[in-house]
Order: sequence, then C-alpha cells, then structure tokens
Amino acid sequence: MKTSAPAGRAEFSGRAVCWWLIGPGLLWMGLLFFVPLCLVVVISFASRGTYGGLVWSFSLTNYLDLLHPLYARILGQSILLAAVTTVLCLIMGFPLAYFIARAAPRRQGVLLLLVMIPFWTNFLVRTYAWMFILRTEGLLNTLLLKLGVIAAPIELLYSNTAVVIGLVYAYLPFMVLPLYVALERVDRTLVEAAWDLYATRWTMLWRIIVPLARPGIMAGCLLVFIPSLGAFLTPDLLGGARSMMIGSLIQHEFLVARDWPLGAAISCLLMLFVVGMMSWSLHAAKPLSRQEDAS
Amino acid sequence: MKQAAGWLWRLSLANLLFLYGPIAVLILFSFNASRLSATWQGWTWQWYRALWVNQALLDATVNSLCVATVSTVLALFLGVGLALGLEGLTGRRQRQIEQAMLLPLVIPEVMMGVSLLLFFVLLQIPLSLMTVMMGHALFNVPVVVIIVRARLRKLDPRLLEVAADLGASYWDALRHVTIPLLRPAILGAGLMAFTISLDDFIVTYFTAGPGATTLPLKVYSMIKSGMSPEINALSALFVMVSMGLIGLSLLLQRR
Repeated sequence: MKTSAPAGRAEFSGRAVCWWLIGPGLLWMGLLFFVPLCLVVVISFASRGTYGGLVWSFSLTNYLDLLHPLYARILGQSILLAAVTTVLCLIMGFPLAYFIARAAPRRQGVLLLLVMIPFWTNFLVRTYAWMFILRTEGLLNTLLLKLGVIAAPIELLYSNTAVVIGLVYAYLPFMVLPLYVALERVDRTLVEAAWDLYATRWTMLWRIIVPLARPGIMAGCLLVFIPSLGAFLTPDLLGGARSMMIGSLIQHEFLVARDWPLGAAISCLLMLFVVGMMSWSLHAAKPLSRQEDAS
Repeated sequence: MKQAAGWLWRLSLANLLFLYGPIAVLILFSFNASRLSATWQGWTWQWYRALWVNQALLDATVNSLCVATVSTVLALFLGVGLALGLEGLTGRRQRQIEQAMLLPLVIPEVMMGVSLLLFFVLLQIPLSLMTVMMGHALFNVPVVVIIVRARLRKLDPRLLEVAADLGASYWDALRHVTIPLLRPAILGAGLMAFTISLDDFIVTYFTAGPGATTLPLKVYSMIKSGMSPEINALSALFVMVSMGLIGLSLLLQRR
C-alpha cells in the first residue's frame, strides 16, 4: 500500500486529519492506561497511614519489605509455577503447532480456529470446569473410583498441581499461535535436504526445525510466562492456602489487607519483570533476524 | 516419516481433547439430575429453570449487557479512529503508537485492574458501572484497532485514489468509500469487544463498586460460596453464548 503511494494518497494522508482521528483514542489510552500505571509507580514509594490511608512521603520501605521471606517465597513460587507452566505448554503445544503448520492450507485455518475458540470463552468458566473435574467429589475422582484405580478419593484441587493444570489450560493457545507462525515459515526444502543427507528425525528437529522456529518459541514462552506470572483467578480458585502467586498477592494487598503502597510495589516489580523480559526477547531475537537478512 | 506423522496426529488430538474436554464435560453435566455428585443420573432442565427465576442473576445480566454495549460503542468509536489515523502516519511515529497500543494486551490483567482502581480512587471518582465501562473500553480499544487495521491493509488503495481523482475530500472518501468497505470488520470487531467485555472478570472485579455486579462477578461469588449445578448451567450458557458471538465475529472478519 505504501510502495504505490500516488499523489492522491499523499493528499489523503494529510497529517492534521490523521491526528484528529488518532487524538481521542490516544488521549483515552494515555489517561486510563499510562497515567494509572505511573500512579502505581508513584504510590509504591509512599507509605501506609495508621488507618490505611496514604502518607505521601518518599521511602523505599515497601521494596525492602518484599525481601521478607514471606513475600520472597510467594515471588519464588510464582516464578516456579509460571516456568513449569511455560515448559508444559511448549512440550504440549509444539506437536500441535507443527501438525497445523504441516496440514493442508485449507485445514490450517480451521485447526487454528479450534485452538483459539476455547481462549475466547469465559476464563472464569474455564477455571470452574477444572474445579468440577478435580475436586474430591469431582469427575476425575468418581471415574477413578469406579474404575478401581484408587481406593479413596485423592486431593487434587487446591494444590499447586491444580494451579499448573489450570494455567496450562488457560494459556496453551498463546503458545500454539506464535509457534505455528514460526513453523509455518520454516523452509520445507531445508528439512528435505537434511532428510537426503541421512539426518535422523531427532537431528532434524534439534538442528533445523527448532533453531529456525526460535523466534516463535521465544514469543510463545513469553506470552505464556507473563500472564501466568500475574495470574490471579487461577491460583485463587484452584490453589490452596499456600499456592499464592504474585497476582493474588497484589489483589490481597489492595482489596483485603488494604496496604496500597505495598501492593503498588509488588505491581511495579511485576511490571519490571514483564518489561525486562520483553526487551530481553526483542534483543535476543535480533541476531537471528540479522542472519536471515544476510542470507 | 509415516510413523512420525501418526504420532503427531495423536498428540495433536490429545491437545485438542485437553482444550475441549473440560468445556464439554461442564456442558454435559449441566443437564445432570444429580445435585451434588459427578455421577450421571439422568437428564434435567431444572438447573436452567432455576437460573431463569433468579432475580439477582437477571439483574447482573442486565448490568453486563449494559456495560458491554456502552464500552463496545466507545471502543469502536475510539478504535476505528485510531486505526484510520494510524494508516495515514508513517515511520517511527506509527511504530511507536502501534507498540504502545499493544501494551495493554501484554501486561497481566491484574495490573490494569489495580492501576485503574488507584486512578479512580485518587481522582475520587466513585466506583460504579460507569468506571467498569471505562475500564472495558480501555482494553477493547487495542482489540478494535488490530482487527480494523488488518482489514484496512487489505483494501485496494486505488479505490481511494479514484475517489481523490473524482474530487472527493478526505472525509467524503472516508464516509463513502472506506467506512462502507470496513463495515464487516467493524461489526466483527464490535462483536469481539462485546464478548470480551461480557466475559471480563479481573478488570471488572477491581473497578466495580457496590451494587455494580456483572454476570462474571456474580458467577465468581457463587463459585466462592460453594459449587452447585446452577453454576454449571450458568457456565454452560456463558460458554455457548461467547462461542456463538465469537464465531459470528470471525465470520464477519473473514468476509
């Protein structure tokens, strides 16, 4: 569209008009997204008054409080659970993405749609479905009891395992989509060449497909890891008393403990994580794209 | 190779079963006559009937529809403008705005909820359905922008050139050429935004004041106070409505 910019086009893209169109939306996003995020940062340096109000004095106490073992444990656990979720999503999503990428073009669209549809259904309901399956009188225990696999119901719900299951279930589509995009671009002739040179299936996977799909793998991991880290509903509904994660901690500080400055500090930490990982991935993805350009 | 393909197929099928199994189970058991256990005891409609006479649920539904409608209209208004305007920009400016646009979709939703809560409270705007609508209109703007821009890129630029050659002003061309051509995409984006708003729990949870209960908030409090077959029925309805709306939206976007 831009390469064929004719006189008429240039006339249409009068800058002033464009800004009038963009203006309201940009203002809205700025006011309700960027300003509030800045407020969170500012408040993270304030402190809590005796009656829960805000005291506007600059201090780092909230951040120092985060070093307390209680909070450090929750932060560590969140990272661990999110990492396990990401790895599981990658292991499960890779074959599916590869299968879709190798399917006939007409079927690819349908298959992608099948992957996306659950994502578009209500998150709360999807989490509830797992409560229904995993609880002590739930479907899984009933089935296993009937089949005689177990003698007494096992405690599945309200555990870290349940949280990971819920997270994998929620974010698997986020892994499959970028993986598919990357795998679909892998040049088939390279795979054939490897095959002709007597590469085994594993060599082919590790030395050709995985390196070429690396941008997709990284994007997928990021798209799963970030929301998992900040998850609130999943640990809240499926987790036990000890499976608190950063998201639920933030919710707790804001709505239950009413310690807003501390909640804001945790939010800032989460934001720092997210921004850090995103810029790292952009940085890490660069060398590969440069290689592609050179070839 | 054949053998590998077989494995791939089986693994993919297992994945899809994993994705659809729980939803299917939930829908199936919403018709189960047994009140508490997960054993099948025959078909019944009674849980759906119980929903229909539950006044609190009906009120929450009205609230949800209200929020979804207003926030969708607002998001469409702002998002279509952004999409059209962005197309006219070039280079770094365009890229910067594009990337800023994507941020709300990337950061954990809890952060958006918390920051909005802080914002409203510090500005002393009382939490109500209004604040929920504002929050929903916020996360729906990027959704609209993405869908509408995807369509804009597919439009034939010559159509606008012709309009310009025939003496149409920018606004004329917009009204008589671009907007009509974008209509399916705008409708699709609207349906998508509507569904996302209807489904949203987290931002709503942080921005809703007392009395501003939407359907997901109601479902959440029901789940928290104990499981019941009514929740299964409500969830099943929810899933079917969102799937229907999304299906329609995707159909419109394809056209």
